[in-house]
Amino acid sequence: MRLTDVLLLATLVFSIGLYGVLTRRHAVALLLSIELMANAANVVFVAFATLRGGPGEALVLFALVVTVSEVAVGLALVMLLYRRHGDTVLDLARETKH
Amino acid sequence: MTFRLGFGLVALVMVVAAYMVVRSRNLVRAVLWLALTLLGTAALYALLDAPFLAGVQVLTYVGGVVTLMIFGVMVTGRHEGAVAEIDSADRIRGLLVALGFFGLVSGAILKTDFSAVIAPRPPSTAELARSLLDDYLLAFEVTSLLLLAAVVGAVVLARRRDPGPVGEGSPR
Repeated sequence: MRLTDVLLLATLVFSIGLYGVLTRRHAVALLLSIELMANAANVVFVAFATLRGGPGEALVLFALVVTVSEVAVGLALVMLLYRRHGDTVLDLARETKH
Repeated sequence: MTFRLGFGLVALVMVVAAYMVVRSRNLVRAVLWLALTLLGTAALYALLDAPFLAGVQVLTYVGGVVTLMIFGVMVTGRHEGAVAEIDSADRIRGLLVALGFFGLVSGAILKTDFSAVIAPRPPSTAELARSLLDDYLLAFEVTSLLLLAAVVGAVVLARRRDPGPVGEGSPR
C-alpha cells in the first residue's frame, strides 16, 4: 500500500464530497457532504503520519474535534431553519440574514 | 499482498458509499451510507497502523456524528416526502467542478515525489499521547475551549424560546 494510492483515494472521496456540496439543496445532505470532505482530509493526515512520519495523528484528533463542533452548530442551524420555515431546503436560508 | 487486497476492498467500499451519500434520494439512507464510509475510514486507519485513531473514529463519528445526523433528519421530519427535491438542477456544473478538482489534485499527486521521510517509523499511540499532552498542550486546551463554545452555541441556537406575547415569533 503506497502513499500515492491512499492519497488518490482521499482525493476521490474529497471530490465526491465536493460534488455533493455543490449539488445538494437540503441542509442535512450538505452537512453529510462536508463530513465526507473533512474525513478525506483526515485520511491524508494519517497516511502521511504513518508512511512518512511527522505529527499527523495529533492533528487528526484536533481536526476531529473541529468537525464535531461544526456538526453540532450546523445541526442547530438546521433546527432553526426548520422551525422558521417548516422545511430544511437551503434556498429558504437566503432570506434569513438580516 | 493481503495488505493490497485489504486496501483495495476498503477503498472500493469507501468510494461506493461516498457516492451513495451524495446521490441517495433518501436522507436517512444517505446518513447510513455516510456511516459506512466512516467505518471504511476506520478500517483504513487500522490498515495504516493507527489503531487508536480507528477506535476514536468509530466512537466519535459512527457513534456520535451519525447518531446526531439521524436525529437531525428525523426531527426536521418529512424525510419521506421531501426526498425528491434535495438535489439542485445544476448537476452538470457540480460534476465539472468535482472532476476538474480531482484531475488537478490527482495529477499533482502522481507527479510529486513523496520519497522524503521525516521520521523513520510510524508513531505509536504512546507517542501520540505524549505529543498531545506535551508538544501540543496549548492547542489541546484551545480545542477543548472550542468544543465548549460550539456546544453552548448549538444550545443557544436550537433552544426553543418561550412563545412570546404575540406572533412575530422570530427569535432574535
